[in-house]
Amino acid sequence: MTHLTLSLVEIATPILDRHHNDPTRLLQILHDIQDELDYISPETMEYLANKLEIPITRVQSVVEFYSFFHAKPNGKFRILFSDNITDRMLGNKDLFDHMLNRLHLEPDTVSEDGLVSVGMTSCTGMCDQGPALLINNMPITHLTPRRIDEICDLVKSGLPVSNWPSHYFKVDNNIRRADELLATAYNMGDAIKAAVAKGAQGMLDEMKRSNLRGRGGAGFTTGVKWELCRNSQSDERFIVCNADEGEPGTFKDRVLLQSFAGHVFEGMTIAGFTTGAKQGFVYLRAEYKYLVKSLQIFLENMRAAGFLGQNILGIDGFDFDIEIHLGAGAYVCGEETALIESLEGKAGRPRIRPPFPVTCGYKNKPTVVNNVETLCKVTEIARRGGAWYEGRGTRQSTGTKLLSVSGDCARPGIYEFPFGVRISDVLEECGAKDVIAVQISGAAGVCLAPHEFHRRIAFEDVPTAGSFMIFGKDRDMFEVALNFAEFFAHESCGFCSPCRIGTSLVKDMMQKIAVGRGTKYEINEIQRLRDQMKNFAHCGLGQTAGNAICDCITKFRPAFDKHLSSRDFLPAFDLELSLARSREVTHRDDADAHLGAK
Amino acid sequence: MDTQVSSQPQKVAKRKIRVATTSLSGCFGCHMSLLDIDERILQLIEVVEFDRSPITDIKHCGPCDIGLIEGSVCNSENVHVLREFRDNCNVLIAFGACAVAGGLPAQRNHLDIGDALREVYCDRTGLGKQIPNDRELPLLLDKVHPINEVVRVDYFIPGCPPSGDTIWKFVTDLIAGHMPRLEHPLLKFD
Repeated sequence: MTHLTLSLVEIATPILDRHHNDPTRLLQILHDIQDELDYISPETMEYLANKLEIPITRVQSVVEFYSFFHAKPNGKFRILFSDNITDRMLGNKDLFDHMLNRLHLEPDTVSEDGLVSVGMTSCTGMCDQGPALLINNMPITHLTPRRIDEICDLVKSGLPVSNWPSHYFKVDNNIRRADELLATAYNMGDAIKAAVAKGAQGMLDEMKRSNLRGRGGAGFTTGVKWELCRNSQSDERFIVCNADEGEPGTFKDRVLLQSFAGHVFEGMTIAGFTTGAKQGFVYLRAEYKYLVKSLQIFLENMRAAGFLGQNILGIDGFDFDIEIHLGAGAYVCGEETALIESLEGKAGRPRIRPPFPVTCGYKNKPTVVNNVETLCKVTEIARRGGAWYEGRGTRQSTGTKLLSVSGDCARPGIYEFPFGVRISDVLEECGAKDVIAVQISGAAGVCLAPHEFHRRIAFEDVPTAGSFMIFGKDRDMFEVALNFAEFFAHESCGFCSPCRIGTSLVKDMMQKIAVGRGTKYEINEIQRLRDQMKNFAHCGLGQTAGNAICDCITKFRPAFDKHLSSRDFLPAFDLELSLARSREVTHRDDADAHLGAK
Repeated sequence: MDTQVSSQPQKVAKRKIRVATTSLSGCFGCHMSLLDIDERILQLIEVVEFDRSPITDIKHCGPCDIGLIEGSVCNSENVHVLREFRDNCNVLIAFGACAVAGGLPAQRNHLDIGDALREVYCDRTGLGKQIPNDRELPLLLDKVHPINEVVRVDYFIPGCPPSGDTIWKFVTDLIAGHMPRLEHPLLKFD
């Protein structure tokens, strides 16, 4: 708080210098400024707009768009509880209320002394060790009432988070099953050297032979993506690592970046070598900001060892470097064109495709966007060859896949399985009993019931980005669907009407059902809205937003029916109660001042 | 413009379709738009009989085939009227932005209704110091709602207002027994 006495210029000037007054670095500038000033005031926005020579509306739109930027004071301590369904199952609501009580606070309001505010946020990627929260962007996992008490005491003491005991911020890897990727020892530079030995064209051929497909969910063939980028006419190309792991229930990228960062960076460098790109970006979700420091140290070590920078391995013209960009709490930025917009310092609104990023991406130059896990896989192919790689997994889904297992099981964590593994095998391995449902690939994925547990994880059958949430026999699948409905309404970027309005209407109807005012009519409407969003939404977020909810309706209808009224229709709100305020101010209580229940 | 309607009356004594219309918290703009069907209203009344409507000045609605509702639900009287329509109409249609989504009246939804009433009736010079409280006056709801939050609605015609041609197309489709379809340029939200 003492910083506020310093003038804005004194704080902003070094930050702007560090970012070369480059407006494409607006998000990074705002992060740095907010770290110093706690929030982005209208004066700050105006100052930045002038300095960066961009319209103030652009600064405002960025601050408004991202949920981790604040235009108003948020307190010295900003606490955000992860609100994924797995956190809810572990009782995050009670812990949330407990903390609010202890601090005498209302949700999302700053305490009178400006010390602290407490709110909810979407999944923070700690589902295997929840319930979890973020305090000034640092994660605290395994929350218990006692832990909440300790956090409250520390907050009240005013001790800066950086000085808190480090055990609070311990994040476990929980690797439960390791295969090719997680079990192989890492030697810095091995993969890059192997790739260089093959030559750019040779490496590309190996990539295509391996039939490696993107691990972010869509499953596009990586080799083809690289080839398209390599063959497009341009003076500049870019490699982007998509580490905006926002899909509820996924946390594999967090583990990879925390303990296997070398694989990721070498994969990027090989991609640069193969496609001719000289610059790489890791777009890291803000929830993983705690990893930045260790990642930067790793990059420094790679540079010192000559595996990044100019003339890598002494090869003339093999230049490649990597920079880390932070997101700011927007799920939609996991979509590659939205991510690129964000990387350019704008609000993360998906672009119209085509053109695709491989020909027209970052700064309208050819850009390869690959998932963290995909890039790790590249190092396996570099070291052991495409033909070897193709030997694992299934025909159309080669290699192994990391699954982020969470929910009702004895051993939540990361499981590396060859593609083609049955759902039932994963359940057995993680010690899940009496399972009624598994949600695969997050809120945008599919919900499977027990009669489908013989199905396999593979692009041919059940494709996944890695999220694997398990629901035991005591879980209410309606609550699961409600959580997803709230998630999408919150995360819709608002650009297109079918998604912006559709996700809100679905949420309203689910909440109407939750309070016992729903009828069959709402169920039909939700399914109709799903079709509308699927057909008309601008990007994948809206197109998939209704899927899991409708899966639940189809497969777990009794869970919905028990909330439904048998009436033809019920109003969405309490009519009698809605006149209460008017009765109060007019001092009326006659018969006409009541509507009665109907 | 459309011949399906005018061709029907030639057949002997087919029961006319009963239509009721009303404006809740609206500006009657949608009803003005209804009148924009101009001389086609003559074709319409050959197959349609109006029940409760500002056109007939009938005060209460009997059993009807179609009910058209303009305006949003803002006070207790709106609720009673809307319930009467729902009880009596086989098909209930929300027509116009207010009925469909709350529209302009819903702009007050971010205000506390008590504060709003006080500001209008008590805090201005030249007026009294009391919020009107006569029993004759309907009480205001704390929030303005689109009609589908109070009763079940069968169809929605967006627009502020929907054009006369839009209303004509929709209603004649319905009367002819088709699934009503609105496409560009008749389907508009402004």
